[in-house]
Parts: sequence; C-alpha cells; structure tokens
Amino acid sequence: MERTDLLHLYRQMLLIRRFEEKSAEMYALAKIAGFLHLYIGEEAVAVGAIAALRPDDYVISAYRDHGYCLARGSDPRRVMAELFGKATGLCKGKGGSMHLIDCEKRFMGGYAIVGGHIPLATGLAFATKYEQGDGVTVCFFGEGAFPSGQAHEAFNLAALWKLPLVFVCENNRYGMGTPVHRAVALYSDITETARSYGIPAERVDGMDVLAMRSLMEQTVKRVRAGQGPAFIEALTYRFMGHSMADPSHGHYRTKDEVEEHRKRDPLFLLQRTMRDHNLGADADFKQLEHEVNEQVAQAVTFAETSPFPELSALHEDVLVTE
Amino acid sequence: MLLSYREALNQAMREEMRRDARTFLIGEEVGYYQGAFKVSKGFVEEFGPQRVLDTPITEAGFTGLAIGAAMAGLRPIVELMTLNFGILAMDQIVNNAAKIRYMSGGQISVPMVIRGPGSAAHQLGAQHSQSLEAWFCHVPGIKVVAPATPHDAKGLLKSAIRDQNLVLFIEAQLLYGTKGEVRDGEYTIPIGQAEVKRSGSDVTVVAYSKMLLLAMDAGEELSREGIDVEIIDPRTLWPLDLDTIVTSVRKTGRVVIVEEGWRFCGLGAQIADSVYTVAFDYLDGPIIRVTGEDVPMPYSRVLEDAAIPDRLKVIEAVKQVLGRG
Repeated sequence: MERTDLLHLYRQMLLIRRFEEKSAEMYALAKIAGFLHLYIGEEAVAVGAIAALRPDDYVISAYRDHGYCLARGSDPRRVMAELFGKATGLCKGKGGSMHLIDCEKRFMGGYAIVGGHIPLATGLAFATKYEQGDGVTVCFFGEGAFPSGQAHEAFNLAALWKLPLVFVCENNRYGMGTPVHRAVALYSDITETARSYGIPAERVDGMDVLAMRSLMEQTVKRVRAGQGPAFIEALTYRFMGHSMADPSHGHYRTKDEVEEHRKRDPLFLLQRTMRDHNLGADADFKQLEHEVNEQVAQAVTFAETSPFPELSALHEDVLVTE
Repeated sequence: MLLSYREALNQAMREEMRRDARTFLIGEEVGYYQGAFKVSKGFVEEFGPQRVLDTPITEAGFTGLAIGAAMAGLRPIVELMTLNFGILAMDQIVNNAAKIRYMSGGQISVPMVIRGPGSAAHQLGAQHSQSLEAWFCHVPGIKVVAPATPHDAKGLLKSAIRDQNLVLFIEAQLLYGTKGEVRDGEYTIPIGQAEVKRSGSDVTVVAYSKMLLLAMDAGEELSREGIDVEIIDPRTLWPLDLDTIVTSVRKTGRVVIVEEGWRFCGLGAQIADSVYTVAFDYLDGPIIRVTGEDVPMPYSRVLEDAAIPDRLKVIEAVKQVLGRG
C-alpha cells in the first residue's frame, strides 16, 4: 500500500461525497431541479472500478451518474453547471443530472431508462474489438436493471461475441423502494445468473474501495487480453433516498438498517485502513477536507455565475448539420 | 440498367461497404441466410462474418449494440427483418439513438441506418403488416426515408449510409421484386428532396413507398378520362420537402394524399396540416386523404384488401377532390 495512492482514492471519494451533499443543498435552494439521485454511500464502487482503467477505456452508466463522471476526472465546475442547467455545463445544460456525458473523458453517459444503456455498452465494446483496439468498456448498472430484458440480451451478445466489456452490477439492495429479494429470482447471489451466460462473475464488497479496485484490476487485465466479458456484483448501499423526493428511511427500510450500513461508510473504511497502517493522520484528512470543500465551493460559484443557455440553443444539436 | 428494388439496395450497401471499412451490416439472418428477403445476397462471402453479423433474435439488444458502435465512430447498418420487429427496439431508437446528440450537447453523434420492410404484403396478418412511419417521423432526431423505386432506393440508401445521423430507411416486401431503371455506377440522391413522378395540372397526388405505384396506376387510368394528375413522391418523410409539394399545389389547387398507414394521426394528417399552413390560399377545396383503415390488419384476403388503399380508392378520391365524385 502506498500513501499517495490511498490519499488519491480517498480524495476522489471525498470529492463525490461533498459534491453530492452540496448538490442536495442546491436542490433545496431550487438551484437544481428535476430528478436528482445521489450517490452517497456508493462512492467506493465508482472510484475503485474507474481507478483500474486507462483514459481511452469507455465508461457508461445509468442515471445515478455524478460519481462515475467525477471519478473519471470531469471538471466538477462543469458538472455542477450542468446540474444548474447552465450553458457552461458538460452538455450545455441539455442533459441534466441523469444525462451527464463527457466524451473527452470517455464517459459516454448516464441513461435514465433502466436497462436501456446496457446494449449501448456492448456497442462501445464491439467498436473497440472491430477496430482491433485493446480498450475495454465498463458498464455500471444497478441490481434493479439486472432482471430487465435488455440486460439479458446484452449479456448474451457480449458472451457470444467475446466483447471486451466489464459489467458492474452495483447492488445497493433497492430498486427505488423494492428490495432485491422481491425483484431478482436468484437474489442471494446475482453472479450465479451471470455465470449461466458463460461470463466469469465475482462478488465484491463495494464499500471497500481497495477490494473493488483490486478485483477490477484483475478483471480488466483478462478482458483487455481478449478473454471476453466479465461480471462483477458490487455489494453496496445507498445512504440517501432514491431521489430527492424519497427520504433516506421510512416506508421501505428502517432507520436502524440505514444506520447499520452507515457503519461501513466507504470513506470511513478507507480512513481506518490508512490510519491502521500509519498512511494517513488527522492532518492529512483535514487537509483533503479543506481542498475538496474549496473545489466544491468553486464549482458552485462557477455554476452560479455562468449564463443560462441562449434560447437559440433550443434547436441546436438535434441533428448533425453538414 | 434494369434492377429490382432488392438488387438496388444490395448494390448501394455493397458499394458503401467497399468504400468505408467502418460500415458493417448487422441483423437477423443477414449473413449465411443471405437476408430474410435476400437483400444482402453475397455479403458474408465478400465482407466476411466480422462485417456481416448474424444476430440472435434480440432487436433491442443488437440495435442498441449498433447505436453504441455508432457512438464510438463506426457506421452500422441495422437490418430489421421487418419494421414490426423494430417495435422491440423502440426504446433504443427513441430513447437513445434519437436523443444522444441532443442530451450530450452535441458531443456524440449516432451515424447509422436502420432499414427493413414496413407495410402489408400478402395476408401476413396483424403483426406483420404495419406501416409505422408516423411513429418514427414523430420523434425529433430521426431522418425517415421511404423510397418507392429501385433508382431512388439505391441513391437514397447510399446517402443514408453516409449521413452523420440516424436514418430510418423504410422498404416494403412488395417492392423488393419490382424492377426499374437504375443509373449505372456511383450516384447518391439527397435526403430531403421530393420528386415529381408525373407532371399534371388538375390534381396533386402525394404518395410514397408502395402507394406511389398505386398512384401512378391511378394517374394513368385517370389520364384516359381526361384528368391530368401530378404525382409527387416525397421520398424522404422527415425532413419533408414541402416546397416541391406546395409548388405543385399552387398549380393545381387540389390535393390527395395516399398512405397505407392508419388514418388517425397518420403521416398524411401532418402533410395536410403543413400544406394548409403555408398554402391555404391556393387550395380550391379540402385536402382528401386515402389511408388504411383503423383496424389491426385482418388475415382474410377480402378483409385485407378492404383495409388498405387500392387504385379505385385513389381514383375516387381524385374525382371527389375535383367535385366529380
């Protein structure tokens, strides 16, 4: 274990955490509207998985997408500006929270029809293979998307055509308010179903960023070497409600349950590991806290002071006009 | 050169796949089976299975794969065995392909063609006989092309494959075997250009895809009765070349629109609205629409015939719009 490396992972998770907290605040102030799905609690999955990738690999996800985008290195100012609907946003204010896209970072988007982006991931991977590149595609989706028909069409095609694709099923236990055992037949081990397609599948503690990264590194190596797709089930937990309209606990889960999972907060777990190995101390975490808060504050200022799109932008970008 | 519609499509794809290595064909039975309607005859032999991909029967899955490949810079041609099966891929087409450019603020484009036959053939029943062009035309972000002749089919398919956007290319089972003169060698026909298929001065008839052939027959018969019909084939349904239609309306003052699809919210309703909006003063009377009946397609021959437009219905409509009905 190396100190700088761990500090970097911690910093990335902290950035997502503080960015999300600030987003919730901005939502309450009506600076952000529409649907806002926070990633708080699941940071280790995005950060751990993406840490194993090269800049030219593709990443694609569902709509709870701020974490992947930030972990991929998108400018937090432009992400916040997108949430504000500003012209300086990643997508010029046309995407919003659920459709963050940063082509330069090869973050190919957040998609908001559950299961619908999984076939797109097969296409990104297909293109790499078609052009005989050695890039991989990582597709993040929740366990709520796992039973969808499109997911299974994609699993089959990926396995059939040995596509360089890593499926990361982020099992946060709830598809909105429906617990996994009421939605997935083989809920106690989702990897079992994935293996039935001939896809090597493993389960990992998605609260442990080091375990997540380690499994991803081994997996990506095999996939990059042309051994076909792989599947990872990352067990995690969403600390907040499904969206801003949903309280963190109440009808479908208890306060105690949420509190129990909060004890395994991914930030706390990494901090503990670092302290145990004398690789991080109060001063380090305080310093990171300071830096990240500053970065998030700058993102808000940037979003606040940026202009809204011109009305002339309304009809732009529908089609490529030659 | 006299070619069938099927052969014209085959030539267009073959030329474009030779021209651009990023172009590939994907769909059910497009390879070793040579295409369900033999449109891709000889392709897997020439281009190999890496570029001519037989898929499992999973329209959402392989259409989505093609969209992802287009996002990454390839130029897919998706063959849907029939457009009815495309309903399974509507999520991919409408929620992804048509919107990704806009949602990404112009960062990503989706240059691809989705092609296959729509409309009724002979007694194929309710699930295999639909004309769904209005669905696609309704969604911003999709170009929709529906050529009627082999010549137009070849030139427009080549343009569609070269286009930077999603182009939905509508064929018809009953058109595949029809023959027509096709210009030798390379040529393209621009998307968005209608063509006057028959010049006349009394009535403007707008008809596309299979319905054009019906309108041409009707036009011949009407000319023998001294009625001079001008027939316009939009060829591209979105973007619609309204100028060519309006130029004709200014001359004739009377319009009949023929479509095989369902009447309610059919494409003809939109074409009529567009004509009313910009050329109302040139009209001598209401526009008349000849359409399919608002029923699922029945199997029985007599009922199927009754459900879709025929030559007589077009002739009656033309006479009615002239006040001679």
